[in-house]
Amino acid sequence: MSSTVGLLVTCLADLYRPQAGIATVQLLEEAGFRVVFPDQTCCGQPGYNAGDRDSARAIAQRVIAAFEGCEAIVAPSGSCTGMLRLHYPQLFRDDLSWQGKATEFAARSFELLEFLDLHAPELAPPPFPFRTAWHESCSNLRELNRGGAGPRWLKRIPELELCAAGDPEVCCGFGGSFAVKFADISGRMVDDKARGFEEAGAEALVGNDIGCLLNIAGRAHRRGYPLRVHHVAELLAGTAADDPGLGGVR
Amino acid sequence: MKSTSVHFHANARAALNDPVLQDALKRLKAGFVVKRREALEGLPDFPAMREAASALKKHILDHLDIYLEQYEAAVRRQGGEVHWAEDAEQARRIVADLCQRQGLRRVLKGKTMVGEEVGLNEELEAAGLEVVETDLGEYIIQLAKEPPSHIIAPAIHKTRGQVGELFSNAHDNDMSGANAPELVAEARRVMRRHFLAGEVGITGANFLIAETGSNIIVTNEGNGDLSATLPKMHIVVAGIEKVVPTLEDATLLLRILARSATGQRMTSYTTLHTGPKRTSDRDGPNAYHVVLVDNGRSRMLTGPYRDMLHCIRCGACLNHCPVYGAIGGHAYGWVYPGPMGSVLTPLITGLDQAASLPQASSLCGRCEAVCPVAIPLPRMLRELRFDGFDQGHVSGRGLLRTWAFLACRPRLYRRISSLLLAAARGLARRGWLPALPGTGAWRRARDLPAPAAQSFSDWWRRRQ
Repeated sequence: MSSTVGLLVTCLADLYRPQAGIATVQLLEEAGFRVVFPDQTCCGQPGYNAGDRDSARAIAQRVIAAFEGCEAIVAPSGSCTGMLRLHYPQLFRDDLSWQGKATEFAARSFELLEFLDLHAPELAPPPFPFRTAWHESCSNLRELNRGGAGPRWLKRIPELELCAAGDPEVCCGFGGSFAVKFADISGRMVDDKARGFEEAGAEALVGNDIGCLLNIAGRAHRRGYPLRVHHVAELLAGTAADDPGLGGVR
Repeated sequence: MKSTSVHFHANARAALNDPVLQDALKRLKAGFVVKRREALEGLPDFPAMREAASALKKHILDHLDIYLEQYEAAVRRQGGEVHWAEDAEQARRIVADLCQRQGLRRVLKGKTMVGEEVGLNEELEAAGLEVVETDLGEYIIQLAKEPPSHIIAPAIHKTRGQVGELFSNAHDNDMSGANAPELVAEARRVMRRHFLAGEVGITGANFLIAETGSNIIVTNEGNGDLSATLPKMHIVVAGIEKVVPTLEDATLLLRILARSATGQRMTSYTTLHTGPKRTSDRDGPNAYHVVLVDNGRSRMLTGPYRDMLHCIRCGACLNHCPVYGAIGGHAYGWVYPGPMGSVLTPLITGLDQAASLPQASSLCGRCEAVCPVAIPLPRMLRELRFDGFDQGHVSGRGLLRTWAFLACRPRLYRRISSLLLAAARGLARRGWLPALPGTGAWRRARDLPAPAAQSFSDWWRRRQ
């Protein structure tokens, strides 16, 4: 019998980029897993980062309970995986009845590429004939220590020309509600980021965090810079080449 | 120093629209970041040293009382005096009294951030003393009557032209249009006279050595040495967290400090001062005083902000912070800017005076990654957000609680989000949303893509 993987699709992919979730399901099923999608909304990060621990705890408890019985929880996002893995145990550090559950849940949580590295290393993605840049999200880089994992996958995609752009260590300025609460500062940061991709001549931008991708796609569009923006799962599942990407007309 | 942190939003907006500042910030990013990276490439042991430094700091804080008493006894043995200042006002008062009691009027200052923190200059000037900052950057901002904008490069926001103007006005010597070496020569000419006339020298300390009673300062101009040795009296002002057990321990921290700060292996001057002049010494002050400043530090020892006392004031977190890089130091409104400042300012001046600072971060984590003593700055910013939320300093509480209510009710959430999706799709133009209510802040700098026609959740339910 195949193992059961619970998909935590993330609230942003759910509403803004269901294609990323659909591609994730396809990849996990092709790798031989049974995918389930328990009732869910969000991982609780917006409340957590705004200082509302009570809300974050209430949501975290729901998430942990919903995924009981899944051998692994996979999220197509560095940021949400960081929340599940690092911050859930922090949230319950003074709560003996939940601390163990949160720690055990954290150990079963994986970011999509991390999971594919472990369980589908032979995956052969179809061609994507564009000059493509990878966006390294801060959580992927510094919370999960997965810097470079994205480009390694992109290099395996036929016809994809990988281009290095800007400084991958520098944040795009999304930061959840930061982008709205400090719109001017965030605006300067995302302009620097988008300009970096534009100057490198990227035709497509790929990453594993829809938040950052929405931010950069939005700035590129405002600049009048035509940029196809996709979640990496879409490229690996082969659904990106015929799709205009985030904000594109379908 | 009086804080303007409550006006962070307005300060930040002004900074973003200041073309001279923006030019200076671009140079900063290119300078310090690259130099630090190059310095660390030559030190493969750095990660191990970082760990050792962090462990050392932890050990010191666990035994802070013991090391401070040891340090005090050692200073006394060397003929110096130690004064304890509980808060900023006491610190100011102690220093002013020391000067006034001896009738000393001309004060030289080496660069001291804790001096800025307690507002030393204002107090001394109000007491009728003449205060001259001897660090070039500090001197420039003293002429400009501005606070420092960076903890190791206080005048980083000033251009050469502005410095020329300031010198022209202050020195009766037309320096407008002067190049950098000419400006430095001019500063040196004027500073020499001050050094020779100074009666009291006030410096900070990078480290206080418990075993010897010495203080260490690092500078690149030698101004700290002249300020400490030429006048009759040397006053060291330092936070209580600056103590380290031995000289050996200080060398570990020295090795990571300069590399993290300026990318140097060592600063040009690393100077130890131990007590006043001995009878066999040819130079040195007749009196040596140390003012140990608490000002909120011992309160930080208990609770979640203890690790902040590891800070060795290298400035790496400022140099690598994208928010600092966008707005510079003045926007933060107080003495310490950047990530370390966003933690320290609310802890010292009160969260109600600086509630925006912990919020003004994307929590990208680069500050922690470059911190040479591994302070978990993002975790502390979050802790301050928890405190801020509990104390009612977070805006949008109603919205947050509504969102949380829905987030705990998946079915209701799905129904409402489906309605919102349909509405948004109806309003979308070629895949992007027009200016809708509530999207103003986001749309100031960027467009907002239209959400999907069908959410993933709906797709999944249809697929089953």
